[in-house]
Amino acid sequence: MATLMYGLITGVLFGFFLQKGRVLRYDKQIAALLLEDMTIVKFMLSHIVVAMIGVYFLLDLGLVQLSLKPTILGSVIIGGLIFGFGWGLLGYCPGTSLGALGEGRTDAIWGIAGMLVGAAIYAEAYPYLLKTVLTWGNYGKITIPQLLGVNHWFVIIPFIFLVGTLFNWFEKNGL
Amino acid sequence: MKVNDGWSPYLAGALSGLVSIGSVWFVGKYLGASTTFVKTAGMMEEIFTPERVAKMPYFIKETPIIDWQWMVVIGIAIGSFIAAVTSGTFQIKPLPDMWEAKFGPSIKKRAVIAFIGGIIAMFGARLADGCPSGHGLSGGLQLAVSGYIALVCFFIGGMLSANIIYKGGDE
Repeated sequence: MATLMYGLITGVLFGFFLQKGRVLRYDKQIAALLLEDMTIVKFMLSHIVVAMIGVYFLLDLGLVQLSLKPTILGSVIIGGLIFGFGWGLLGYCPGTSLGALGEGRTDAIWGIAGMLVGAAIYAEAYPYLLKTVLTWGNYGKITIPQLLGVNHWFVIIPFIFLVGTLFNWFEKNGL
Repeated sequence: MKVNDGWSPYLAGALSGLVSIGSVWFVGKYLGASTTFVKTAGMMEEIFTPERVAKMPYFIKETPIIDWQWMVVIGIAIGSFIAAVTSGTFQIKPLPDMWEAKFGPSIKKRAVIAFIGGIIAMFGARLADGCPSGHGLSGGLQLAVSGYIALVCFFIGGMLSANIIYKGGDE
């Protein structure tokens, strides 16, 4: 029960910041995909940088654990491309669709209904996919620092500089 | 064009990053959203065919119950509603501006494309084992190889369909 309450609180805070960041808009998501307005990319990368520093710091202190999704090239690449294509049509991702509805964007309802159907179809196809796409190129649960064989801070610090440079470039170009 | 009705996406994103840290620290959970659609679909199917759902491998893997992430996803709608109402930006809007400018005022047309887009997006997200939250944010912050491959593929696929739809369109 406590876990469910924590989930609700986490969601409420997350939804609050998503709305404040103007991320829950079809126009913003599509504009990012058309490379015209990088609002959602700014939001995502800011989230990633802050949480990366915090989580890896806590990891060094032994207070948290990572929870990685396996790198299965076949399913991640094919699934990722399929997701992206649908995302460009819908204009909301699974998390932002609920948030969009929360701020009154009723067209998200059609997307939510479609996503429930998509989940049901996937559940039907799963036994077949498990024997095929989900076995193609499985490299297990790996991180970039593990791949490079270096301490994670040697990746995090350059990553922060890279993101900073990108943000600077966005602002200079009015994106 | 840019109405001052929100915060800087950098600030909002950074604050949401703190929420992620808190969630990982206190509950050991990383943000995600798409598994919730599987669980909800499973719960809906259970109403009609419980025996069948109980035997389906994917619903055995992702048990159709209300869990932490399910509450997060509901919470996102509530949090967004609170933020919108308290800032006076809540507005019932059946069509996005960009869509209406390009495709006109037909709600049916938008409903069909959004529904089809939703089916495709969720099938892909489940195959990839995550969406922009689970792979993008949570995978990204952990420096997961899978997260960055997925993020790049999400954007390539999305750029493809968005450009097909708006090709030749104005700003």
